[in-house]
Amino acid sequence: MGDSRDPKIAGSSERILIPGTGIELPVDFDLSRRDMLKIAGYGSLAAFIAACGGTTPTTTSGSVTAKGGSMSIGSYLSDAVPKKGLQDVVDAFTSANGGTKVKVNTVDHGTFQNTINNYLQATPEDIFTWFSGHRMRFFAKKGLAQPIDDVWNDVKSNFTEGFAASVKGDDGHVYAVPTSYYPWAIFYRKDVFTAGNYKIPTNWDDFIKLCQQMKKDNLIPMAFADKDGWPAMGTFDILNLRMNGYDFHVGLCGGQQKWTDPKVANVFKKWAELTPYYSPAFAGLTWQEAAQQLRQKKAGMYLLGLFVSEQFVSGGNADDINQLDFFPFPDLGTQYDSEKALDAPIDVYMLAKKSPTLGTDSGQAKAFLEFMSKGSSQITYWKASPGAIPTANDADPSQYPALTKKAAQIVSGAKRITQFFDRDSRPDFSGPNAMQGFLLRYLSSPKQDTSSLQGQMQSFWDSLTPE
Amino acid sequence: MATSITPAREDSPEAGELAPTRRGRYNVLTRYDRRVLMLMVGIPLLLEIIFIWWPTLSSILLSFTNYDGVGDVGPQNFVGLKNYQFMFSGYTLFWPAFFHNVIWLAWLAFIATPIGIFFAVLLDRELRGTAFYQSVFFLPVVLSLVIVGFIWELQFSPTEGFFNNAFGLTKANNIIDWLGNPRINLFAILIAASWRHVGYIMVIYLSGLKSVDPTLREAAKVDGANEFRTFFRVIFPVMAPINTVVAVITTIEALRAFDIAFIVNQGKNGLELLSILITNNSISEASLVGFGSAIAVILLVISLGPIIVFLSRVMRTTS
Repeated sequence: MGDSRDPKIAGSSERILIPGTGIELPVDFDLSRRDMLKIAGYGSLAAFIAACGGTTPTTTSGSVTAKGGSMSIGSYLSDAVPKKGLQDVVDAFTSANGGTKVKVNTVDHGTFQNTINNYLQATPEDIFTWFSGHRMRFFAKKGLAQPIDDVWNDVKSNFTEGFAASVKGDDGHVYAVPTSYYPWAIFYRKDVFTAGNYKIPTNWDDFIKLCQQMKKDNLIPMAFADKDGWPAMGTFDILNLRMNGYDFHVGLCGGQQKWTDPKVANVFKKWAELTPYYSPAFAGLTWQEAAQQLRQKKAGMYLLGLFVSEQFVSGGNADDINQLDFFPFPDLGTQYDSEKALDAPIDVYMLAKKSPTLGTDSGQAKAFLEFMSKGSSQITYWKASPGAIPTANDADPSQYPALTKKAAQIVSGAKRITQFFDRDSRPDFSGPNAMQGFLLRYLSSPKQDTSSLQGQMQSFWDSLTPE
Repeated sequence: MATSITPAREDSPEAGELAPTRRGRYNVLTRYDRRVLMLMVGIPLLLEIIFIWWPTLSSILLSFTNYDGVGDVGPQNFVGLKNYQFMFSGYTLFWPAFFHNVIWLAWLAFIATPIGIFFAVLLDRELRGTAFYQSVFFLPVVLSLVIVGFIWELQFSPTEGFFNNAFGLTKANNIIDWLGNPRINLFAILIAASWRHVGYIMVIYLSGLKSVDPTLREAAKVDGANEFRTFFRVIFPVMAPINTVVAVITTIEALRAFDIAFIVNQGKNGLELLSILITNNSISEASLVGFGSAIAVILLVISLGPIIVFLSRVMRTTS
């Protein structure tokens, strides 16, 4: 692929061919005929869509933005590092946009996520930080997010088609500006691999052999931690993508495929070949503790997102981060290996439709979204918070360290990209007393016959109210 | 009907005067008195209705819906008993959570509370340094259960925690996964909960013991009863009101168990509790408000048991 980064996000059984690129792009996997019927059922939503159709402003770049004035952002960037990143961008925006006053309301990340429903219905800020994928489309569908087609028309030339697809709602309107993303891959320390004379495994057999060798060498072959519940989903995602393909995976997350499918059983069987090499007592470890096992050379490899680097930076030893490297998940010898699919969640900024101030601040808020779409702004954020990669085409990659460059590369090499299980599926299905709990139960004895567990997953899905 | 035997009305001339009521008693309340009474009863009643009855009834109502927390509840949201049906037959976490609450109650009732009472009895014997021991055992009580959860989470951490390191289990690679193994993690957090509960019960019981008439003990001693008999035959029965309080506290603590399990892993993987299922289903991003309310209604029904027992006791002693 010519472009350095060309992620294609969120997809479906239906595809469209992007003219001139030869890329088949999956679109809106949620928007099945059944879903259309469901949407029709939401009277208020129909009215909402109609309203949008009538009032979408014209798309000349001067008219959608405004200078000066004020606006507000509801942010879940509560960790010190990304919080500073946002503040840097906001400061730059204020001076570039005629002194627009920006009020940033930072809420603890987990709390923000858990209370998002109420937040968006009460008195949200003009702009809020969020994720792409199902979770973005959900709020768009509920009429809690404001479409930003006008902003997108101004900035879309700065994004690849993959990113463009990732910010579209089920109704075809654009609801978000993508600002950063990061891939999931297998991380390792270069010095550990050199010392042990280990080779990067490209297929499953080599991978398992490498695990055996590391075990002999008294290393934990695969660091793994699932106290938080979500990390196991990363392994499920990648195995399912490689064994059953992208279409099946998004179908499974979206409810079009069944959890009782023997294909899912095969994923669990394959997974059981890997679990003997996991960190001992992984169900009681946090991802940070497992990352420390990797950093302290107690563990050989770790399947996680690029954010694992935070733990290498915070250790204080500069050599740690230089030794950190990663490789893509090995091939499993299926027809889907060529998809090179992986999880690469995208972070976005959206407009909260119910914001009481959005009426007056609309121009400033849209100006901020356009500002966030610039490569230079994203680089400002990235410099303060390097755990995620800028999305804009004009973000200058020359400043990236090797790890970031490689991360951008692995994503551009992937033909299919998913957002991570809890962003691709319904939040009520992926929570701690749902999928996270099911996966932990599987992991408590991976060799078990999973048919009853799969039955429980499916019956839980069936019990959920259609969205 | 003659005015003289109806309760005095405000506009009646004899309001405020001694007017015999239907029961033959005399109404001694002036108009002013009744206004004050109405305010004194009305305001708490209003608050009670707004903050207790309204949410309770809403929960019960919501439990028959599939409401997802967005917009208003409409007739199309009502799904009958579907939530209850699924909870009892389809939702695999309901019964484990229910039994975890039962185990919690049993643990507190048969282990933690008796230990607390035992400590109270020991400290009541005017040992040297009683005050010191009292403060040591009482110290955890001033911490919120969330803090208790954080503290014990660190102690139980598989690789970094105190237990595995102190017993040399990390070196021997025999790591015990205190919080991750669904067979033992409930008991691990019960230890943490007991750490606080024991001190709580101890203080309550100790204050009760202090108020027991010392002549009772002397009389028992004179009669030749040993310490054991004295406590179980004399002191314990005398302490009946305190015993009720302790029993109720223990039950309430078991029913409202939430904080520690939620801090440890959001209540999954063996730490499911009813309160946590309610939170994770209805308050979290999942927003299954209807289903969460159905679980809440079940918890309410269970809670009514000890509440009724407690209230009937209180009413009986006061009347």
